[in-house]
Amino acid sequence: MPVPDDRRQKPKTTVDAKIPGAYEGETVTRRRFMTASAHTAGGIATAAFTLPALGMAFGPVFEKEPERWEAVGPSEDFPDDTYIPRTITLSPGIGEVGKSTVYVRKYNAKLDSEVKDEYNDFVAISSRCMHLGCPVRYVEASERFICPCHGGVYDIEGKVADGPPVRPLDRFYTRVRNGIVEVGPRYSLNSELRRFSPRDPGQPIDGIGQYAYPSRPSIRKLPGT
Amino acid sequence: MAKLPTTSGPRSRRERVETDETPAMAPERNKLQESGVATIDWLDERTSLSAGARWMMFRRIPKGTNWFYTLGSATMFAFLSQTVTGVFLAMYYDPSATRAYESVRYLTNEVFLGEFVRGMHKWGSTVMVILIFLHMARTFFFGAYKYPRELNWVIGVVLLILTLMMSFTGYLLPFDQRSFWATTVGVAINGTGPLVGPYLSDFMRAGPEFGATTLARFYAIHMLLLPGIIAAMIGAHLYLVARLGTTAPPWIRAESDPELREDSK
Repeated sequence: MPVPDDRRQKPKTTVDAKIPGAYEGETVTRRRFMTASAHTAGGIATAAFTLPALGMAFGPVFEKEPERWEAVGPSEDFPDDTYIPRTITLSPGIGEVGKSTVYVRKYNAKLDSEVKDEYNDFVAISSRCMHLGCPVRYVEASERFICPCHGGVYDIEGKVADGPPVRPLDRFYTRVRNGIVEVGPRYSLNSELRRFSPRDPGQPIDGIGQYAYPSRPSIRKLPGT
Repeated sequence: MAKLPTTSGPRSRRERVETDETPAMAPERNKLQESGVATIDWLDERTSLSAGARWMMFRRIPKGTNWFYTLGSATMFAFLSQTVTGVFLAMYYDPSATRAYESVRYLTNEVFLGEFVRGMHKWGSTVMVILIFLHMARTFFFGAYKYPRELNWVIGVVLLILTLMMSFTGYLLPFDQRSFWATTVGVAINGTGPLVGPYLSDFMRAGPEFGATTLARFYAIHMLLLPGIIAAMIGAHLYLVARLGTTAPPWIRAESDPELREDSK
C-alpha cells in the first residue's frame, strides 16, 4: 500500500492556508519563524561561551614558544672528545621541573657526521630519550648514552646503538657570544643526522615517519637550517 | 486552591500499620510518623519522585540473578568514593608546579586523617579499574551486551575509557618523581598516534614542553571535566538498565508459556 504524501496536501503559502494576517508570497508561518529564531538565538548564545572556552584550551597548540638562548659556560670548558653536562631551563617559572640536562662538547670533524654550520661549533645533545622521554645519561667509559627506563643506548654522536629508541637524540642549536657558549632551541634529527623540526619522543622521522608525525606550530627548527 | 489527587496505594498501606499501636505510645509515635509521612507526601505531590524511585528500585529481575550482577553497583560505589574523597582532597591540594608536591606532603603528613583519605583515593582508583573490568567481563561472558542492550555496552566502554583517563590525569597530581616521569612517558605514548598524536601531546602539555600550566590543565580535566562526563554517562547507563531490564545467566533455560506449549502439540 503506497504511503500517502502529506506534503502534497499542505498549502504552499500562508495565503493558501488562510492564516489570518497572511500576505502574498509568504511561505514560512510566523510560528515556524519564531521557533527557528529562538533556536538560533539559543545556539548563538551557547556558541558564544563554548567556542572561546575551547579556544582557551586549544590555543597553546597553535602558539609558538619564544626562542630562548641560555649561556652554559666559556668555550674552553668543553673538550671535543667527551661531554660536559650542563643544566638548562626548558620551561621558565616552574623551578626544578622546567630544567633539563644537556650534554655539550666541541664539534669534532673526525667524529661528527652532522653537516657543519654556524649553529654547531658546539654539539649540545638533549638528555631526553627518544623512546618515551626518560632522561638518558652519558657514560664516559663506554662512550654511550644510556637510558634507565627501557634500555635505550646511543653512541657518542647520539645515534641509536641499541634498544627501542626510534631516532637519534635531539640536539640544541648552539652559538658563541663573547667567548660564552649559548644553548638555543631544540631540533630533532633523522638517522642520517639531518635536521628536522622538533618531534616528541617515540616519533620516527625516517621515511614516512616525517609525514606521519608532522611538525607542530608550537615549535619549529630555525628557518634555513 | 485545589490539591492534586494523591496516589492511593502506598497511602492506604501506611494507614493500616498505624492501627496496631500500644495506647500509651500511640499519640507521640503517630505525630512523629505523621510528620515524616507529610514531608514525603509534600515532596511527592510536587515531584512524583516515589514513582520514579519505584520504577528504578522495584524491577522484575530474571531467575538466576546472582552476586556477579552487583559488580556494576560496586563500580559505581567506587566512583562515589573517589568523588567524595577527591572533593575533600581538593581542599588542601595546590595545582602549581612549585607547590603541588609540598601541598601533597602537607595533606599526607599534617592534616588529620589526610593520609587515610588520600589512601582511599589512591587505592580506590585501582579498585575502580579492577571492578570496571570485572563488570565488563561479567557482561561479556553472560552475553548481556546483545540486543537490545548494545548501546549500554557502548556507554560502558566510554565509561571505561573515561575511567582510564581519570587514572592517567590523576597520576600526575602528587607531582613526585614517579608521577612526573610516568606522565612524561604517557604523553609521549599518546604522541605516537600518527597524524593527530603530536597535536594531542601539545594539547595535553599546553605546549611543546612540560610547562607552567600543564599541571593545572591535568587537574582541571581530572576533577571537573571527566567526573562531570562520567556522572552523566552513569545516569544514562542506569536509565538503560532500568528500562531494558537485566538478562538471565546463560545457564538458565527460558521457560515457554504452558498454553503455548499445548498449542504446539
